[in-house]
Amino acid sequence: MKPIPFEYFAPTSTEEALEHLANLGYNGKVLAGGQSLIPAMNFRMARPGALVDLNGIPELAYIKPTADGGLAIGTMTRDSKVEHSPEVAQRFPLLLEVMPNIAHPQIRNRGTFGGSIAHADPAGQLPAISIVLNANLKVLKKGGERWVKAEEFFLGPFMTVLEPEEMLAEVVLPGLPPHTGSSYQQVSRQKGGYSLAAVASVVTLDTAGKCTSARMVMISVGDVPILSEAATRILVGQKPTPEAIAEVAEIAASKEIDPGTDIHATAEYRRHLVRVLVRRSLSTAFERAAK
Amino acid sequence: MAGRVFGQSIPRNEDPYLLTGQAKFIDDIELPGMLHAAFYRSDYAHARIKKIDVSEARKLPGVIAVYTAEDFGEFVRPGPLQVPPPTAIKGSIFHARPLMPIAKDKVRYSGEPLAVIIAENRYIAEDAMDYIVAELEPLPAVTDLEKALEPGAPLVHEDLESNLAALVKQERGNYEEAAAKADVVIKKKIYVDRGAGAAMENRGLVVNWDDRAREMTIWATTQAPIPLRNSIATRLGLFEEQVRVITPFIGGGFGPKIMTSQPDDVLLPIIAMWLKRPIKWIEDRRENFLATTSERDQIHYAEIALTRDGIILGVKDVFYHNTGAYDPYGMTVPLNTQTHTVSCYEVPNFYTEIRMVFTNEYVVTPVRGAGRPEGVFVMERLLDYAAQELGMDPAEIRRRNLLRKERFPYPTGIIGQDFVEGVLDSGDYPETLRRVMEVIEYEKFRKEIQPQLRAQGKHKGIGIVCFTEGTAVGPYEGARVTVGANGKVTVATGISTQGQGHFTVFAQIAAEQLGVDVKDVNVITGDTGHFHWGAGTFASRGMGVAGTAVYNAAVKVRQKALQFGARFLGVSEDEVELCDGKVCVKGDPSRSMPLGEIALKANPTRGTIEPGVEPGLEATAYFGPPYGATGAGAVAMIVDVDPETMAVNIEKFAIVHDCGTVVNPLLLEGQVMGGVHMGIGNAFYEKIKYDENGQLLTASLMDYLIPQATDMPKEMIVEHLETPSPLNPLGMKGVGEAGAIPTPACFMQALEDALYEYRLQIDETPLNPSRLWELVQQAPKK
Ligand SMILES: Cc1cc2nc3c(=O)[nH]c(=O)nc-3n(C[C@H](O)[C@H](O)[C@H](O)COP(=O)(O)OP(=O)(O)OC[C@H]3O[C@@H](n4cnc5c(N)ncnc54)[C@H](O)[C@@H]3O)c2cc1C
Repeated sequence: MKPIPFEYFAPTSTEEALEHLANLGYNGKVLAGGQSLIPAMNFRMARPGALVDLNGIPELAYIKPTADGGLAIGTMTRDSKVEHSPEVAQRFPLLLEVMPNIAHPQIRNRGTFGGSIAHADPAGQLPAISIVLNANLKVLKKGGERWVKAEEFFLGPFMTVLEPEEMLAEVVLPGLPPHTGSSYQQVSRQKGGYSLAAVASVVTLDTAGKCTSARMVMISVGDVPILSEAATRILVGQKPTPEAIAEVAEIAASKEIDPGTDIHATAEYRRHLVRVLVRRSLSTAFERAAK
Repeated sequence: MAGRVFGQSIPRNEDPYLLTGQAKFIDDIELPGMLHAAFYRSDYAHARIKKIDVSEARKLPGVIAVYTAEDFGEFVRPGPLQVPPPTAIKGSIFHARPLMPIAKDKVRYSGEPLAVIIAENRYIAEDAMDYIVAELEPLPAVTDLEKALEPGAPLVHEDLESNLAALVKQERGNYEEAAAKADVVIKKKIYVDRGAGAAMENRGLVVNWDDRAREMTIWATTQAPIPLRNSIATRLGLFEEQVRVITPFIGGGFGPKIMTSQPDDVLLPIIAMWLKRPIKWIEDRRENFLATTSERDQIHYAEIALTRDGIILGVKDVFYHNTGAYDPYGMTVPLNTQTHTVSCYEVPNFYTEIRMVFTNEYVVTPVRGAGRPEGVFVMERLLDYAAQELGMDPAEIRRRNLLRKERFPYPTGIIGQDFVEGVLDSGDYPETLRRVMEVIEYEKFRKEIQPQLRAQGKHKGIGIVCFTEGTAVGPYEGARVTVGANGKVTVATGISTQGQGHFTVFAQIAAEQLGVDVKDVNVITGDTGHFHWGAGTFASRGMGVAGTAVYNAAVKVRQKALQFGARFLGVSEDEVELCDGKVCVKGDPSRSMPLGEIALKANPTRGTIEPGVEPGLEATAYFGPPYGATGAGAVAMIVDVDPETMAVNIEKFAIVHDCGTVVNPLLLEGQVMGGVHMGIGNAFYEKIKYDENGQLLTASLMDYLIPQATDMPKEMIVEHLETPSPLNPLGMKGVGEAGAIPTPACFMQALEDALYEYRLQIDETPLNPSRLWELVQQAPKK
């Protein structure tokens, strides 16, 4: 369990990092918290020729409130910083619920918010959370910048739209309207372990109690996080009822996901979990929205 | 039995080193010119070797040598067999196929070494693997225990007629006759799977051959330093005295480190001799899963015959045991299963049959519990099925069948891993059950709490089971106790330590005898340079066997101290006593001599000594019991199940355990909890999974789950009953494996109780939430 030989660059500014990435092309890889990349290298599953370490670039780590009630989070912000940030707690209680489920405290002290999204693990929470919260992702390369919607960022397991010379720099979470509730539900074999299945919902009600927005995403049950169409189609414009939620759960579990069987769980069990977790997640989110 | 320090909760002597990071582990050893080894392992489980080309790998800068079986010539041969065959059992069949140190002609398990790479560092050694080309012709793999014995099955060892590795039948009474008279006979197929030792520290070896001194020093993470030294010396044609094995601090053993014939043990010493440079090999986690021994599956066809009142008339158990590709460790695991199936109950008629099977999986040797949890699982499940069938309470059916106190010593008629008839030496099994019911408030839970919870739709269940643990088996261990001129004491023994706390408990035994402070006793374990007779750390025998040897030696030194002390003080022996590190004249504390001074005077450098007197304050003693002492206990747990997700929380766990005399309650509690932790793993987390091609699917800690602190019971009660064993002077029995033994059986019973409306009859372990959900889906809801 030792990596193959590799070159190592430790830039101290974003510009310098982008310069290295441009020079290295397919040979280079960004090193963020290293909690996924380093084990993969030690297993020799990842064999990058060079690492560009972002840990020496302080300007990439921040949590900044935005004017619309949202947040801009620098890619190198440690998961534990997000977990303990008062702004995050106030503006995105969903994240407060999610963060303690990501690995263990030691790993959250190193693992980064952007790294987790860029890593695009289908079992990871933050890719899905970025989708359900409608995140905008700022992508930089030498001499260029583009913005990608989270929904369009993930192509497959561990695959994103990022080009080798590009890096994720910032995650912008738009503010949530009033009467919004959210809920995160997951089942994993062990505390801090990847989920067997998980569901996150963000719903908004109008003053009459009708649903104006329902976003629900499912984790660990497909190649990428799956945003439910049924949730939006069935719930928006209605007062949420247990029957409507059950219908969403049924469609989500039977039609929208594509779970696999592995040593930890069968596909059938994962479908069953999604049915249960969709119900729990949506009901809780609506309860919270109504408060 | 508690004394000044013996029997007291004394914090561990070794902890200051460990907790401040000062302790020396094997990977801390650095020697000048040291090289590093890596093993190139087969991806196939079963294959014929056509050709292995290592020529390109040899050319890589930094690579010193690459060896295949060819390069070792005659040195590559199977063996040795570490544990002898069970010839003591009449009619037993055993085919010895000890380990091959490196695959030759044929590969028998995935992970079997095909080549050894020696390089300047481990990075380069691993790089070299990319340049090795192995041409292998895959063969169908044997992984299913029952299919393995069908005619026409592919053969793991082609010189044998079948994959049957061993067949052992034992019987007391006559089961078939008993079954014919029974009111109820229950038959069930039960599947028991156990996992890896998965110590926090993997295995490792550092070998240094001093070519001028013609001496070899080996640092190893072994549980058996003396057997390791002896087998290395034999293979290399050296005197035992030319080889010294040292065990530094070791991060856990749990069984697999008892092996002394693994490929690394055999190959690295000869390579170090050839290259005349020190070699280090530190196993990584993937290798540990692939190629360090572990336990695996057994399939039991079990029966129990009872009266209508739930009195056991007989038990029959025919079981298949997976031994893996070789059987270097004989039959210890399945023999333990045989002896522990009936364990603590009155079972007048018992038939048990082992069918040990070769498969294309890695070798099975003991892991904490070592076959005992399997036997207990089968028996306890049978009792639960019987209780369901008879409409009895699980605690009640156990109470009715437990061996009474008056039955000890109780000859079982079944020969065990030490090749003598098992005899239960002492205990009070009904009392452990009674007390565990009391501490978990069994009746209250059943009668008051549970009905309320059920009315609220909650799914909480209780389980209760009993078990024994055969411990402290022979052959023997020894110890040498020496008082130094500084007045402090050194204890040296042949067993090695993997975290059990021997540095403290052995010190307590010696300190109690010699009247010194526990901190002033320096315990040396696992260094053949200090003590070179003994068998090793296994079968919960450290305390009962080596601890007794320490006691015997300390008693001798005490006598010697009094003898010398009296003489030097000019009084008779019955006028002196030991007090606070001194020999004092009784009633006159002004006349005394410190132990250190006596030790110095007892070793004169000029003059004469009296005939028959041995120098110094030192003595060596040995101890070997006629048969092992048997610990026992009863456990109970309350689990909370989410019936939708099948998430399980263990809310409360209680154990009342009897390991005879307690030497250190603090350490004992740690041992018991550690065992329970492993038992929880074997119930709900830990599973080694090979696919039908013999590929290991669980070669990392992402796939092989070990219980975390958060998976442990929220509340844990550990209590002790002390019925001293008559087999040794201090009355001690072992406890190292206790917690692991009853836990899976208890967990399943509690799950069935929590999910009562499904009337489950769980017949397998381990489960996981997905599998539990499947079982519930298949169950006919009432
Ligand atoms: C024991 C354990 C348990 C874990 N459990 C969970 C869990 O339950 N849920 C979960 O979601 N995660 C879990 N993780 C993963 C952890 O959260 C990851 O480390 C994280 O997802 C990746 O973040 P990182 O900062 O460590 O990235 P790194 O490991 O440094 O990088 C991961 C990948 O992303 C790329 N990358 C990183 N940052 C950027 C960037 N700014 N631009 C472009 N590419 C980039 C890297 O090149 C690399 O390919 C676990 C990890 C461990 C070790």
